[in-house]
Amino acid sequence: MTGLTLSDKVMIGTALLGGMSGVVGSFAVLRGRSLVGDMLAHAALPGVCLAFLLMGNRNLLGLSLGALASGLLAIGAVTLVVRWTRTKEDAAIGIVLSTFFGAGVVLLSIIQKPAIGGNKAGLNSYLFGEPGNMLTGDLVLLAVVAVFVLMAVSLLFKEFKLVCFDADFAQSQGWPTLRLDLAMMAFLAVVTIVGLPIVGVILMAAMIILPAATARFWTNRLHVLLLLAGGFGMAAGILGTKLGQGLPAGASIVLTAAAIFTVSLLFAPRRGIVARLLVEFRLRKRVVCEHLLRSLYELSESQLPQLPTLPLPRIREYRYWQPWLLDRLLSQAAAKGLILQVDQTVQLTPLGLHRAAELTKAHRLWEMYLMQCANIAPDHVDRDADDMEHLLPESLLLELEQQLADEGRLPRVQADVPASPHQLGSVGNRQ
Amino acid sequence: MSTVAFEIHDMTVAYHRRPVLWDIDLEVPEGKLVGIVGPNGAGKTTLIKAALGLLPLASGKVEIYGKPYAEQRRLVGYVPQRESVDWDFPVTVRDVVLMGTYGRLGWFRRPGRAEREIADHCLQQVGMASLAKRQIRQLSGGQQQRVFLARALAQDARLYFLDEPFSGVDAATEAAIIELLHTLRTSGKTVLVVHHDIQTVREYFDHVILLNMRLIASGPVETTFTSENLHKTYGGRLTILDEAAEAIRQREPNP
Repeated sequence: MTGLTLSDKVMIGTALLGGMSGVVGSFAVLRGRSLVGDMLAHAALPGVCLAFLLMGNRNLLGLSLGALASGLLAIGAVTLVVRWTRTKEDAAIGIVLSTFFGAGVVLLSIIQKPAIGGNKAGLNSYLFGEPGNMLTGDLVLLAVVAVFVLMAVSLLFKEFKLVCFDADFAQSQGWPTLRLDLAMMAFLAVVTIVGLPIVGVILMAAMIILPAATARFWTNRLHVLLLLAGGFGMAAGILGTKLGQGLPAGASIVLTAAAIFTVSLLFAPRRGIVARLLVEFRLRKRVVCEHLLRSLYELSESQLPQLPTLPLPRIREYRYWQPWLLDRLLSQAAAKGLILQVDQTVQLTPLGLHRAAELTKAHRLWEMYLMQCANIAPDHVDRDADDMEHLLPESLLLELEQQLADEGRLPRVQADVPASPHQLGSVGNRQ
Repeated sequence: MSTVAFEIHDMTVAYHRRPVLWDIDLEVPEGKLVGIVGPNGAGKTTLIKAALGLLPLASGKVEIYGKPYAEQRRLVGYVPQRESVDWDFPVTVRDVVLMGTYGRLGWFRRPGRAEREIADHCLQQVGMASLAKRQIRQLSGGQQQRVFLARALAQDARLYFLDEPFSGVDAATEAAIIELLHTLRTSGKTVLVVHHDIQTVREYFDHVILLNMRLIASGPVETTFTSENLHKTYGGRLTILDEAAEAIRQREPNP
């Protein structure tokens, strides 16, 4: 490993950290425990300082053990506070987190006094993170932890999945849910603590939560989610250190992770905001187009089967349209061959009539159903039917038609398919 | 008398020291469909959870085919209340059903082809085969319930506990569940169902357990589901019992 430059080491180190905190963080987020990582990180600070005071140097393993000890103490404190007082868990986490962090800051300021000896350089990095201090030994520790955690998670994948999804069911099958929960928490604690000198106690929580939350936008499968979260964490580590040269590294890693999250939030397929707006927009567009066709049908109805030419002002009068919207709708309908538009008149084409008749039928079926079966007043029914009919699947409309026919409220449905012009089942049909 | 599938002896269960079930004593013979009936807060879910070892017993014991639950887990299938899990969890319908096989698989072993076939077969039995690859978020309430049933079927148990399987489901699902219960009974399984609707008890079940913090009655529907017993079950709580529970809770200033 001696061939590596410092910047290589930093990049590998942050990538390892990002990857494992993404994987371990996914379980914490799915189990509803994302704040535990935050608490562990903050609560680690007094342990780090005490370990330094005891050892007089900043050996990473020693400091990490100190961090682990005070982190576990904090978890114990939260458990006790929740168990024996009326304090809720989120409040208890807040209290313990800030108390421990306060103690850590006090200890840190004591260490800074000249009376205390030892090499203090880099201890401050526990606050905001400083991967630039990474030694080869630190890198080895990160790699060992990463391999250990990833192996454990892939061994226990099935068990963790079950406990996260349905702990009661897991327990009824005899799984030791408490111990599995503790194991999940222990992995979280280990990852948090080795990550402290890199991103700092304040920002470590983001490394736990952000990659997992980001990955959730892209997949509905747990194993894919874990891989993606690991990948996003790694990418944040690498890009963050690359882009943020000269800036505090912890902050630039977290900001990169947040940027990836924001992009996912906006642009992920299906779950992303843009995709959802697009669906909404398409629906609205379909609805106004259907309104236009139904209006044209109703205006033409008295003269059917002739297709009358309708002057534009009559269409405007019949239903309120914003002028620009009507113009656009008409030109779109004309482009699809549903209407003929000549000067200031509009005429349904046979294709347009067919579509419009179907829509009008669906609308009226709903109106009848709502009036007769749901007792909705006739003067409200138009709008009530309107809200729903665009969303209904065709199968339901057929069922509705059948039901209204069965109750004698509608002429019996007749298939208007002409009889076959040749003998059915003849050889010519089978090819 | 046929084999006893499930037996509770002098069981008392308490939440935070407040007793919610007092001194329950009952037996369920093998091969019966059993309704657990009682008003809200009567302890129906508590009874099931205590039987499954999810809650500690303050006293008494539970036996499955004559042995403690811990030794007989493989014989028991469980359908929790639908609302008890997060339906936005990133798994598919088949993933959830596969969880029923985890108990048999044991530590570290992953479900393989054999388990997937079992899962698909169980989904078929509840009429959900075509939705195996759906994300569970996209399911209706009735479909969610069927997925839970399929998961319990995949446990391949002899004794099933179902917690409110009919709550908030459509008529088609209700009919499908009933049909499934009958199939289970035909193959000699015993099924205990927490049930809310007294109207349908006679139609659905052979046996009934009437519960209101204590056991009112337990036995065949014809002899047990009488208006007198119903009156005892629903005719208000026993105030003394309630007050006693409250007094025990208040004795120490714990939450």
